[in-house]
Amino acid sequence: MTDIDRRAFIRVTSSVAALGATIGFPSLALGATRRVVVVGGGVGGSTVAKYLRKLDSSIAVTLIETKPSYTACFMSNEVLSGERTLESLTFGYDGLRRHGVEVIQDTVVGIDPVKKTVRTAGGNNFDYDACVVSPGIGFKWETIEGYDKDVAAETVPHAWNAGPQTVLLRRQIEAMPEGGHVIIAAPPNPFKCPPGPYERASQIAMYCKHHKPRAKITILDPKDAFSKQGLYTEGWTKLYGYGTDNSMIDWIGAAGGGTVEGLDPDTLTLQAEIEDFQGDVINIIPPQKAGAIAFAADLVDGDWCPVEKRTFESQRHKDIYVLGDASSAAKMPKSAYAANSQAKVAAAAIVSRFQGLEPGDPTFVNTCYSVVGEDFGISVAAVYGLDTHTNTITPIPNSGGVSPSNASPEIRKREVSYAHSWFKNVINDMLE
Amino acid sequence: MNRENTMIKKVRNLIMAFVAMLPMAIMAAPSGQALSFTCAGCHGTDGSSVGPSMPAIAGMDPEVFVDAMKAYRDKQRNSTIMNRIAKAYSDEQFKAMAWFFASQRLYLQPQEYDMNLAKRGAKLHDKYCEKCHENGGRPGDAGTLAGQWMPYLEYTMDDFINGKRKWPRKMKRKVDAAIDEEGQDAVSTLIHYYGSQQ
Repeated sequence: MTDIDRRAFIRVTSSVAALGATIGFPSLALGATRRVVVVGGGVGGSTVAKYLRKLDSSIAVTLIETKPSYTACFMSNEVLSGERTLESLTFGYDGLRRHGVEVIQDTVVGIDPVKKTVRTAGGNNFDYDACVVSPGIGFKWETIEGYDKDVAAETVPHAWNAGPQTVLLRRQIEAMPEGGHVIIAAPPNPFKCPPGPYERASQIAMYCKHHKPRAKITILDPKDAFSKQGLYTEGWTKLYGYGTDNSMIDWIGAAGGGTVEGLDPDTLTLQAEIEDFQGDVINIIPPQKAGAIAFAADLVDGDWCPVEKRTFESQRHKDIYVLGDASSAAKMPKSAYAANSQAKVAAAAIVSRFQGLEPGDPTFVNTCYSVVGEDFGISVAAVYGLDTHTNTITPIPNSGGVSPSNASPEIRKREVSYAHSWFKNVINDMLE
Repeated sequence: MNRENTMIKKVRNLIMAFVAMLPMAIMAAPSGQALSFTCAGCHGTDGSSVGPSMPAIAGMDPEVFVDAMKAYRDKQRNSTIMNRIAKAYSDEQFKAMAWFFASQRLYLQPQEYDMNLAKRGAKLHDKYCEKCHENGGRPGDAGTLAGQWMPYLEYTMDDFINGKRKWPRKMKRKVDAAIDEEGQDAVSTLIHYYGSQQ
């Protein structure tokens, strides 16, 4: 196609698009402004805000977020190895404002599903036609004796939401003695970022290999298997001597007594099921549940929020949609890409309903990269559809899966590059 | 391609672009738009990747798109992750996504390149590549080269040269001739030329 042809093509398709918009957007003709309030400015919340405006710019979208900027938790394990700074993971909301989203810094404390209003700590009320709640995770502190919010902030960070605790953990690793011992207590399923604890061990090992080669990293795990386990094992064997007496990384699963029951923060000792483990640096990733507002707004059943899988509308309250980590969206994992994908399904469903149309059939994708070490990247991918018989999100048969085992060094290296490109594109797709 | 064929193709493209943009609610299966939105986390919003290595797919010729996806699905093309993803889609779904991305504007991002290499690459491009990759390799009847992310172009050329991807008709001869003329860094000069188009 020549340049001129292409311009003509774009011009005509634009007018076709405009025609489509006139046919497909009867709400415009009625002149009623529909209001959507988005609670939480993470991946789910930011993406849904942007895509609502993109699909129908007549919708008034207000996003309410506690923090003034967004700090990505994905890729934050690279702060622990010193590969990147926390600042490189931090982004403002001006991109969303340029899309016409009203971004307000406040904390939502209640949602009234009858009056359809959202109430904030700042004392403001926001009316909505549809409300999207994407609060991320909360922690079940009570499950580990001796561990709480204050201990996490000062001595034994969880660092499972990127922020000051990520930096604290990095400093502790830098400051530990030459042959120091890092212990990571992994959480039980389901939790945010299933491959994350193992990438974390890998990234710490990558740092120690160069700076503290006699250091040890022990993962205590209440599970008998974990995400991308075969590939991690391959990478650890290749890079960190896994399986030998000199292995830098040690993994103790449930059968070996990996379940952690308590912490003595003064002696940095973990009480696990069979024995105690004493370390120089301890990172507890606690068991998880939906974020606080999901509980306050009566959106949970147990720890998580049940949703209709076609739309991500709450099964507990009409016109409230729950996205991302807080939702029960099996078989999708709790990941950034999953939240981004769910947000587009919810945005399209909300726009359809405002137009008086039935929401279309959803389609979802998850991709997740982990950097196991220098030039050693691995990934998992899945495409999902809705099984209408069981109302479950189901992977499309014979597709997806993890990187091949024993791939060439070239492929592993490319996956590191693509991991970093994935990061930039997810951030861009949600915030710019 | 003769004039008449170009015209027929253009009309067909317009019809398909219109179909791809119909409101999704009347579709029985996920719409082209819904399917295409799921790609953005890696390939950028509407296919304009912000890099530094995942390729942009906005503005891609629909046939090139479908051929690429089929090649990934059938393991005919070396890949890291796309073969696993492509296996989830039918030919019809490939087409629906192809029309979506064909109708998107490609937004290019600046990337670092070597000006001297780019100058040499420009000459080589005109002599050996322009016939298929028209307008300096802008989106057209062959894959997008102009402004494409340079690491991706490097991976692609490595795959061709190392026998991991089947050469399109005539391409091997042209690349060999370019290397004969310019030396071993011929491919690198071309990549810097494409990277210089921003």
